[in-house]
Amino acid sequence: MPERPSHHLPEPDRPWMMRTYAGHSDARRSNELYRKNLEKGQTGLSIAFDLPTQTGYDPDHELAKGEVGKVGVSIAHKGDMETLLDRIPLDQMNTSMTINATAAWLLALYIVAAEDQDPPTPEKELQGTTQNDILKEYLSRGTYAFPPGPSMRLIADTIAYTVEHVPKWNPINICSYHLQEAGATPVQEIAFAMSNAIAVLDAVKQRVSQDLMGSVFGRISFFVNAGVRFIEEHAKLRAMAVLWDELGRERYGVEDEKQRRLRYGVQVNSLGLTEAQPENNVYRIALEALAVTLGRNARARAIQLPAWNEALGLPRPWDQQWSLRLQQILAYETDLLEYPDIFEGSKVMDGLVAELLEGARDEMHRVAELGGAVEAVDYMKAALVESHRRRWQRIESGERVAVGMNRFTSTEPSPLTAGADGGILVVDPEIEAERKAALEQWRANRDQKAVDQALATLAQTASDDDENIMPATIAAARAGATTGEWAQALREAFGEYRAPTGVGEAAAASSEEVSELREEVERVSEALGRRLKFLVGKPGLDGHSNGAEQIAVRARDAGMDVVYEGIRLTPSQIATSAAHEGVHVIGLSILSGSHRELIPAVLEALREAGAGDVPVVVGGIIPADDAAAMRESGIAAVYTPKDWNLNAMMRDIIELVAARYGVNSAVGA
Amino acid sequence: MLNLIESRAPDAREQAAALLAEVSPAALGHEAPAHIIGVTGPPGVGKSSLLSQLVKHWRSGDRSVAVLAVDPSSRRSGGSLLGDRARIEIDPKDRRVFVRSTAAGTRLGGLAPATRAASEALAAAFDVVVIETVGVGQSETEVADAVDTVAVVLQPASGDVLQFLKAGIMEVPDVLVLTKTDLGPIAMRAMADLRAALLALGATETEVCAVSSVPPPQGIAQLAQALEDHRMRVDLPKRRQHARRRHALEDFAVEFGERGLRALGGRLQAERWLEQQDPALDVPSLERALTDRAERRA
Repeated sequence: MPERPSHHLPEPDRPWMMRTYAGHSDARRSNELYRKNLEKGQTGLSIAFDLPTQTGYDPDHELAKGEVGKVGVSIAHKGDMETLLDRIPLDQMNTSMTINATAAWLLALYIVAAEDQDPPTPEKELQGTTQNDILKEYLSRGTYAFPPGPSMRLIADTIAYTVEHVPKWNPINICSYHLQEAGATPVQEIAFAMSNAIAVLDAVKQRVSQDLMGSVFGRISFFVNAGVRFIEEHAKLRAMAVLWDELGRERYGVEDEKQRRLRYGVQVNSLGLTEAQPENNVYRIALEALAVTLGRNARARAIQLPAWNEALGLPRPWDQQWSLRLQQILAYETDLLEYPDIFEGSKVMDGLVAELLEGARDEMHRVAELGGAVEAVDYMKAALVESHRRRWQRIESGERVAVGMNRFTSTEPSPLTAGADGGILVVDPEIEAERKAALEQWRANRDQKAVDQALATLAQTASDDDENIMPATIAAARAGATTGEWAQALREAFGEYRAPTGVGEAAAASSEEVSELREEVERVSEALGRRLKFLVGKPGLDGHSNGAEQIAVRARDAGMDVVYEGIRLTPSQIATSAAHEGVHVIGLSILSGSHRELIPAVLEALREAGAGDVPVVVGGIIPADDAAAMRESGIAAVYTPKDWNLNAMMRDIIELVAARYGVNSAVGA
Repeated sequence: MLNLIESRAPDAREQAAALLAEVSPAALGHEAPAHIIGVTGPPGVGKSSLLSQLVKHWRSGDRSVAVLAVDPSSRRSGGSLLGDRARIEIDPKDRRVFVRSTAAGTRLGGLAPATRAASEALAAAFDVVVIETVGVGQSETEVADAVDTVAVVLQPASGDVLQFLKAGIMEVPDVLVLTKTDLGPIAMRAMADLRAALLALGATETEVCAVSSVPPPQGIAQLAQALEDHRMRVDLPKRRQHARRRHALEDFAVEFGERGLRALGGRLQAERWLEQQDPALDVPSLERALTDRAERRA
């Protein structure tokens, strides 16, 4: 074979790990889906857990209502985990688990399931990743369970454990992904993720011997985002690689260059995907995939791509296949993998990287001055809410173009959404009942004494800060304890936590943008006798609060008194707040698909609390049929991602209040 | 009911005044039996966690509790974000707990105009009424004029507060609460500093309570007892009369401004005149009396 010229690689690179973020309902159904996906050429697994599993509740807990099996698979004990991984050889599989607050527990279940599999796989051979990044849960994603201190300890414990016993496991995936979803600019995404990594590494340093720090550093991976501005996004990853190398060398004394290499997996941007003309999202996803593959020096190790219909609801297997094929075309049909880094020597790329580095270093410095990422959660959260507010403002003003949404909006009807299912997956509502019954049976058939014993040991371990939580956690998993029991034992030891909402600090919109709204609010408030009071509530376990936060901030800017209490509220908490606070109108936000169960529950609770006559509007990822049904059941209005103009929404809300309380004529006179 | 009290609409104000008259000492024949407590302190010292624990404690003793949280977020564009209630954990199904948040007045820690009236009304229906405000140096003075017992909440290393106290910028509260005592040695040190400062000021009656709200909570029962002890010591009718008179004068000043005060012969003279009025009069009646007097003198 003739020698290839030097601008080619001698051998093309191996493709990255290809995954699809998948899982729904129960273990059996998800296992079928995984095995089908692997047949289609997927090379790793990416497990999506439902919200109760992610936040440490069993399917029969009050907070789990409506959420069981919705955004992922429900896993309550080792039996579920064994079913989930049935006939998937774990000695060969590389499994990524999107799990954070309960990461130690799910890792334990995975370890136990592997030793129970036939043939068994010892823990030292297991490969995969637990996301295990709690700070971004406080900042953006919302599936935290415990306060910052104990949460950081759990993370440090899992790292200290895996580095010795499960050496091929990535115990943490520091996520910049969700920061971008929460509105982070590229500079913030880099700086906050790096600061977060520092907080984790500093915590681990206390718990492992210094000679292991190199291996620890080498096993920390990142989970990043890539938006449609794909040149800048690629520069962002190169900048992260520079900072990571620097950090390893200077702060942690890591000598092995290989251990200092930035390793990252990616799920490209969901924030920019539109509900309007959803087929266009396919192009966006393809361009975003380029951001993380184009330059060899900062190429992703693992990729999972969202589906075109994410802004509509849950993707079906076919939608996910379409996304997987994109990866395969990029890796196997194009010549992408045949070249060395194509940006080397590019003035533009180097300049962009330098610019981002400068900004990121400044921002990291600020976080360090506040005492590090754990102490700076409030600051970072407020900064993200503020960035998101500005981003949204640019979309509303048309400065930032979203094709099909704020420009080029005339369209033919889309055949993709014309089918009977509306182009999305709907989880069987019977799953929750099925799961509850199965759990009851599991509890009845296990050795209760062994479970009690294991949980008592776990509680004791939790209260002793010097012990590693993992051995007791693995023992509890083996004994047959449940997700909710494990988390409850820790909640009792650690206490619970509510993350900051970040909305109080957001800057006000410039007055000309909202001046008309303000006049309206003043007029209506004057007629009402007191200021228009608006409750923004997030019922259920869904932690995606970015939308609710923006609405709260805009309502304040429009002059309303806004009651916003953050995420994870039960229907009765929302109803009690509405009654105590004497609000004029309620807005509920749900993105997890649990609106069918939760909205009626909130309405019922409102009636019980004597606030049944307060008008309610709903926002979220809500299919058209469900929206129609809701309006019939008394919901005043339903908003979905296509209603991106917040001022228009505010106008509706003011009008709604005016009409309901009959104040129009009083003022008009 | 509170919707009514907060309302500025004329007919609502009349109804609110009627309501307050119903719960006035004149109508009840005695002061409302509730214990009205002010809880104030700088942001971030753990007031809400502390209140969560206190509410739990009171409820376990079957006392009903109302909390008026004056939210620190300043008003912008006339609107406000009220997120404070989120941090006070209550059982939503418990009908004998009530939490209402209001935006602060124009100053940091300033009471919202309707907060005093609301506390007076709630005092007729709940065993404990708490007004929670944020700030230091001035907020406790303003709260002191509206409550029976003022508790100032501090955390270890709040050196500036200690300085305020020593310098007399801040009035000595009835109870001082030191949070986050799980911090250990720094907390011990802070306790010692506080005690020394109080001693130097001759404030021997002020109790200092150390609490920790992280599990397992500590010092909550002792704090509740200290609050209760203060209430037993204080001359309640006198304090409440004083509060109502201050309240009436503040409302009058908001309504009629400096000009109105001049018509009364100045603030000091107005205060003296108020002292001679029937001690059982409710605030709206006192306000009417002030207004009549100003008109007669104008």
